[in-house]
Amino acid sequence: MSEIVKKRSKSRVSGVDRFLTVVRVVMASLIVLGVVAFIAQQVWPGNPFADWRNPDARGLSGDQFKGLVVSGLSQGAMYGLIALGYSMVYGVLGFINFAHGEVFMVGTMSGWITSEKLNDAGLWESNFILSLFLIIFVAITTSTVTAIITERIAYRPLRSSPRLIPLITSIGVSFFIQNAVLGLFGPASKGYPRLPEWLSKQRSIFTVEIAGTKILVMVVAALSMAGLWYLVERTQTGRAMRAVAEDKEIASLMGINVNRTIVITFGVGGAMAGVGGILWGLLFRSVTHMTGFLPGIKAFTAAVVGGIGNMGGAMAGGVFLGSAESIAPMVILEPLGVPGVSQLKDAVAFTVLVLVLLFKPAGLFGEKLSQEDRA
Amino acid sequence: MMTSTLDSRKLFNLNWKRILFWGGICALSQVFICLVGLPSELNRRILIESTLSLGYLFILWIPLVFGYIVSKMVELEGIENPKPGASDLLAGALTGLLGSLGLVLVMLGIENIDMRDPLINWNPKLFRLLTFENSITFGSLVWISVGVVLGTVGSSLHQISGQMRKMFSYSIFGLFTFAVLEDVIDDLSEGFRLEWLSDLIYAKKGGMTVTSTIVLAVLLALLPLITRGKLKATVTRYRSDVTPGAQRRNSVMLFSIIAVLVIVLPWFLGGIINELLANVGLFLLLALGLNIVVGLAGLLDLGYVAFFAVGGYTTAVFTSPNSPWFSPETHFGISLLVVVVMAILAGLLIGAPVIRMRGDYLAIVTLGFGEIIRLLFLSDWLKPYLGGSQGITNIPPIDLGPWEVRGADPRSVFYMVLAFCVLAIYVSWRLQGSRLGRAWMAIREDESVAEVMGINTVNSKLMAFVVGAVLASFSGAVLAAKVGSVFPKSFEILVSIIILVVVIVGGMGSITGVMVGSLVLIGILGGPRQPGLLQEFQNYKLLIYGALLVFMMLKRPEGLVPTARRTRELHQEEYLQDAWLGDEETEESKEVEEKL
Repeated sequence: MSEIVKKRSKSRVSGVDRFLTVVRVVMASLIVLGVVAFIAQQVWPGNPFADWRNPDARGLSGDQFKGLVVSGLSQGAMYGLIALGYSMVYGVLGFINFAHGEVFMVGTMSGWITSEKLNDAGLWESNFILSLFLIIFVAITTSTVTAIITERIAYRPLRSSPRLIPLITSIGVSFFIQNAVLGLFGPASKGYPRLPEWLSKQRSIFTVEIAGTKILVMVVAALSMAGLWYLVERTQTGRAMRAVAEDKEIASLMGINVNRTIVITFGVGGAMAGVGGILWGLLFRSVTHMTGFLPGIKAFTAAVVGGIGNMGGAMAGGVFLGSAESIAPMVILEPLGVPGVSQLKDAVAFTVLVLVLLFKPAGLFGEKLSQEDRA
Repeated sequence: MMTSTLDSRKLFNLNWKRILFWGGICALSQVFICLVGLPSELNRRILIESTLSLGYLFILWIPLVFGYIVSKMVELEGIENPKPGASDLLAGALTGLLGSLGLVLVMLGIENIDMRDPLINWNPKLFRLLTFENSITFGSLVWISVGVVLGTVGSSLHQISGQMRKMFSYSIFGLFTFAVLEDVIDDLSEGFRLEWLSDLIYAKKGGMTVTSTIVLAVLLALLPLITRGKLKATVTRYRSDVTPGAQRRNSVMLFSIIAVLVIVLPWFLGGIINELLANVGLFLLLALGLNIVVGLAGLLDLGYVAFFAVGGYTTAVFTSPNSPWFSPETHFGISLLVVVVMAILAGLLIGAPVIRMRGDYLAIVTLGFGEIIRLLFLSDWLKPYLGGSQGITNIPPIDLGPWEVRGADPRSVFYMVLAFCVLAIYVSWRLQGSRLGRAWMAIREDESVAEVMGINTVNSKLMAFVVGAVLASFSGAVLAAKVGSVFPKSFEILVSIIILVVVIVGGMGSITGVMVGSLVLIGILGGPRQPGLLQEFQNYKLLIYGALLVFMMLKRPEGLVPTARRTRELHQEEYLQDAWLGDEETEESKEVEEKL
């Protein structure tokens, strides 16, 4: 039946489709124009084209450009870690867990509390590596527990309801957690203690100046990703997860405990968000109750960009989104004559979401969903 | 049928696991509420003079509810439950006791351990509140006895007769309503020159007097005895009178009563309550628009605030002399026409790209659009046109010949909003039954089937977006004229979420539901920046909205005032099951009859 539907709607080229084609063309040409203007500016700042577009723009020096790429990558690695949680839950249950950003925030928050206490006890300075392991452990535990409790209370009773119902519920959960944290710990922004000198100093690797913290972020993200890949592809639990994502009913007939597997999925997603939370804390060294909101939505964007349900895609999508929002304002918007581009970072991230859904709705690497969720 | 009655359970025949579980949760919730700071913050609001504040009430309802839950029995069809007995009361009491032990631990903790660093409410203020400014022993004894009593009362609700339960709930909820509506009743009695009435009920410093509480409790409890379901009977009589003439007469009568009330009442109300009503109206207008998009067409639009912003900014640009770039300083009426055009354009622009997407992607993408628009209003890029973070100020009041609608005179704003609300209600009501409305509902239920049935789903969905956008932009326009300025800050994502809560709590797709929802939620708790009747909630509004959203989705997804169709959709499985059971029963009885 669905084929008939598709054929019918294809045969009717509606105004909406024409409009969308125009939007696609306009957006694509704007991007191309921006990049061309940027290159023109870089090659010869005084050329008439660059002059015509934006005479004030100075262009970027090589170091600045590398700096943008590095910060984009490290931020993208975090988006990727959070995006894994969205992607896995969407793959298994077919709904957007809007509260996942809050799970991440809870991780950052618990990391802050622990690091504060460790700093008071002096361990933070005397043995930073141990402290780091401790805060990562605490953050993973808190985030995992939060994710699992949320699943048990808010999502499990709704498993058979229409798709939008759990989404709405998760919006409620998200606001509840946000404001519970606000009530418990207050509205002030909380600062992580100072990082040791050997970690935070600038290092030069292959001519790229990069802060040690960013290296740490990327290394930890890569390790977590490898661990997750091993869990999902090489263990019994991972096989159960993949089976449940494919078809819950048949998986349960094959002797898989579906409930348990779903809990594990939430737990693993929460753990990844917890790791991401600590990395966020180390990189930006501040956390409030709103910390999870924007990164959460952006991480979902990353999951969609990479193809939802696709774990490698989620990580790649995160890196792509992180670099896009860091580079695009300077490379595409500024050459087009837009002032104050750094304010538009978040707007760029959302535009990426819209563009990906316009050009390639299944994401850059293809989505992996069960038959019923694809409908 | 099984007819043997089971004995009522013995006193100590308890389900300990269950009690420990619910008692633990009861304790956790009480501790959580204390540490979030609700009691300390809400302690300012006195409900009953020198006896009960809203802060204490927020701790007290928990043992009552958990006492009720712990002794609730699973009802299985065909199996008769054992009669509730003393053991259930004991279970309730123990649950309340466990809950109070949580509070005792908090008191001991505050005195002995300093955890103020992360937990801001771990402070002497909470300690004084929990110990009643006395010793820990005193506080513990009070909380334990209160917890035990409330737990027992909660569990005893299963054992008293239905009539008694009705009396109990009438008096509790009635008292709560009286306490919450203090400002309104004060205001009304002043307007009608009946000050003695409010003096009789309320104490000078706020809160009801003890005597009036007792008298009212008794009166309210007697209410169900006096009416004895007469009210319900009247309603059903009116409902069952289906002759077209009578039905028309009834609805006209109801409508005129409401109309007279709504038009006359503001004259007897003071500024604050009128302001409140104007806010309720603004959000009702928004909610009615969102109700068309979410409730009827089933498109979860989380960026609805964008249209609100479009309305506000268009009005600001066209009427304010302070508009930085283009400032025609037109009359509000002319700018309203532009607002409609802009809203339609915005609806089409935002609607077109998202319309083919899956429902949940649509939600996130519209949320993205809402943020993009706010960020653009805020950015330096559009600052020369729209004022950036300073916004546009000095928007003139609406000039309506003899009248003037301005923020300083909330009554005029209320009438203005009322006019728009009436229009919106009329439009939604007419659309509901129209061809388009039925197309929306068909799309909401199953898009593929709707398309096969010949509905142009793309156009219908776009229409939903456009109609919703226009209604929201009206609200934005009135808000701009009321406040006199627009800032990007007034159009945060939060507005979308709060309107969504209003629509869902009221009942998706139900006009009455949306009205009830905005009156109760915006009126009592308040909007994103506007205080409600319980102003003390300001910092906890979102916590409660979030919890409410989850609770409604879990327990009553169709809302407070549901439409029949929506209820059936959401409880389809139960209906099917009932139908199936019903069929089987009739078949069985047929078989039995045949055998006989």
